[in-house]
Amino acid sequence: MKANRAQKRYNRDVLILMTGYVIALTSVVTYARGHGPLRGAEGAVLALLPALPIIGVFGVMARYLIEESDEYVRSRFVQQALIATGLTLSVCTAWGFLENFGVAPHVYAYYAAILWFGAQGLVALYSCLARLLGRGGAA
Amino acid sequence: MKNRLKVLRAERNWSQQDLADRLEVSRQSVNAIETGRYDPSLPLAFKIADIFGLAIEAIFTNPRLENDQ
Repeated sequence: MKANRAQKRYNRDVLILMTGYVIALTSVVTYARGHGPLRGAEGAVLALLPALPIIGVFGVMARYLIEESDEYVRSRFVQQALIATGLTLSVCTAWGFLENFGVAPHVYAYYAAILWFGAQGLVALYSCLARLLGRGGAA
Repeated sequence: MKNRLKVLRAERNWSQQDLADRLEVSRQSVNAIETGRYDPSLPLAFKIADIFGLAIEAIFTNPRLENDQ
């Protein structure tokens, strides 16, 4: 499928932000190893640095939804995001109770974003396979 | 929603990509509309009608009447 202007911009910006994420994460981890655990306001700012590019990806997604001129592609993207959101919230809610009652280990909250991206990818893959097999696909 | 897109396209010897280019949408969009998996918005339906030089109801079947056909 030939990418339109909005899709090219989305792909470019996600690539830039993911590169920024890798650089920020490795830099903060290297700093923490050299200087000990992060503390205080400065530590909080440094700890937040890897989160910023991930938050930026959500912003890029929002802008893509506004800029995408192909209504069918846009509706598929929205459906995939909604299914991924439902799956992620369900897993996080269930895990929260499991953790609360001491039957599951603690998991860092940022795994919710990883789970959401993974779920969105799986829904897109399922949708693609369903179309190829002629079954329509939910999203 | 049932429609005559495939027939109209075949009459003009257009591929799905040809129609997609004219509509400024992806080929997947044309395929989804053609197979009834996606109902286009009113502006897109009007655009399709303009391209074929027909009224919307000459291309798309009124869902209320689908069982009658």
